[in-house]
Amino acid sequence: MSLHTLTVAELAAGLKARRFSSLELTLHFLGRIERLAPELNAFVTITADRALADARAADEGLARGTGGPLAGVPIAHKDIFCTDGILTTCSSKMLSNFVAPYDATVVERWRAAGTVLLGKTNMDEFAMGSSNETSFYGPVKNPWDLGRVPGGSSGGSAAAVAACLAPAASGTDTGGSIRQPAALTNLTGLKPTYGRVSRYGMVAFASSLDQAGMLTRSAEDAALLLQAMAGHDPRDSTSVEAPVPDYVAELATPLKGLRIGLLREFFDQGLDPQVGKCVREAIEVLRDAGATVREVSLPSLPLSVPTYYVVAPAECSSNLSRFDGVRFGHRCDDPRDLFDLYRRSRGEGFGAEVKRRIMTGTYVLSAGYYDAYYLKAQKVRALIAADFARAFAEVDVVLGPTSPTAAFELGAKTSDPITMYLNDIYTIGANLAGLPAISVPCGFVREGGRELPVGLQLIGSHFGESRLLSVSHQYQRLTDWHRRIAPGYE
Amino acid sequence: MSLTRTQVEAIAHLARLEITEAQMPVYVDSLSRIIDFVEQLSAADTGGVEPMAHPLADQVQRLRSDQVTETDRREKYQQNAPSVAAGLYLVPKVIE
Repeated sequence: MSLHTLTVAELAAGLKARRFSSLELTLHFLGRIERLAPELNAFVTITADRALADARAADEGLARGTGGPLAGVPIAHKDIFCTDGILTTCSSKMLSNFVAPYDATVVERWRAAGTVLLGKTNMDEFAMGSSNETSFYGPVKNPWDLGRVPGGSSGGSAAAVAACLAPAASGTDTGGSIRQPAALTNLTGLKPTYGRVSRYGMVAFASSLDQAGMLTRSAEDAALLLQAMAGHDPRDSTSVEAPVPDYVAELATPLKGLRIGLLREFFDQGLDPQVGKCVREAIEVLRDAGATVREVSLPSLPLSVPTYYVVAPAECSSNLSRFDGVRFGHRCDDPRDLFDLYRRSRGEGFGAEVKRRIMTGTYVLSAGYYDAYYLKAQKVRALIAADFARAFAEVDVVLGPTSPTAAFELGAKTSDPITMYLNDIYTIGANLAGLPAISVPCGFVREGGRELPVGLQLIGSHFGESRLLSVSHQYQRLTDWHRRIAPGYE
Repeated sequence: MSLTRTQVEAIAHLARLEITEAQMPVYVDSLSRIIDFVEQLSAADTGGVEPMAHPLADQVQRLRSDQVTETDRREKYQQNAPSVAAGLYLVPKVIE
């Protein structure tokens, strides 16, 4: 088996046993990135020098026996995380010249665990998109079919890991931006509970929804990486002061006795029948292993997409007001006055989808419309959260598909924003309620003569990451979908 | 509900966004569609429901002692600024 198809767990073990060095491993991945990243457009910045320095330091640590738990393991960060001294663009023209002056907490913690930074991955501009087609640096391609999207907004991270250019990558999830690309590229993608991971240094999109997570080749890897990044951070006032469990130890929790709730609203008419079939087969695997399955209904859930497209743009319009052409980021040429400087810097610096969301948010927050849209959406959000709370009184996890279809063709949904927004119909609910959720590979569909991956989504109760990870890990012991690699990238 | 061009111009003004003449009809159309789409929320029965601003209801804001913990990193931060002089951010003249 080649180095690049190994999991983080396998690489960490190999490094500790000194079967290969971090430098060897890092050079191997950098070589693959150089050869294969351009056709996928997966990276905005490749940090080769930094990677080699990190790798040498990790090798020294490994030799002395002082390396962190992930010593020498290469990773990539979504270009939304600030990296000290390294370009941090959010895939926007607005930040195309922005060299972050500090590290995000996620970056700091993965580094402290011993990881090696390979580069910064492409994404939808400011994480606003579901196909990675809104990036200033152009769309990312799906390794399973270069004519299709990898999902978004963490599409570069997904493509990089799926094409074995990195064993794991960070992502952020505001409405499905980790789980949907994971599903579309055959990866495991975890969005932790809101507040589980610090948002410090993570460029803000919608602050009551944003959460950092990871895209990996297995649930075990997700547990290892979550362990390294979770926990309270005084620099993020919304990060929670709750003890961090031993996620890796808890992977062993058996499936027997697990109570699964099938979400009635997730198996409705919008679901591709082939995708539904894969998910139903996965349910049988879990049932055979001793889980009990019952149907649950969340009657307010069908309103999650319209709720999200009020709440998220409102928060986005507020957060993105910081980009004013004065302190950092793009500034227009020859401004006539301060107003002209603001409006042209922002008009030139933001792409079409970002402008659309800023304007939607500005409208729903404006005088005369605030109650009808923003306050109303916050009330419906409360109904959706209450629906989930009722469900978790009866079941341990809620199960359904991650995405209504497999990966779609580039350009297929760019003409109508609503069509694109409806991609996130199954993922948005967990963000609105602040719940942890994971997408796990569960099969393939055939489309246009190609095999395209399908993801199964599990949603847990607040701080229930351990259960999500153990269910996913036990499922991955019984199946090998997650082990399949896109043809040409093995 | 359809938005008018005048309304979209007012929104763009509030948001401090330049929208080119050619792009304006595209935004009038797509924003109208988005507002139409989110309009379905009005049918939801939310009588007596408290609006939810934050996903973790029982979170409290922590207090910390009022001490300086950050060092002065102005020079480093201003390396990203489009225009600075003597440690100040420069903008076009505001008062004539």
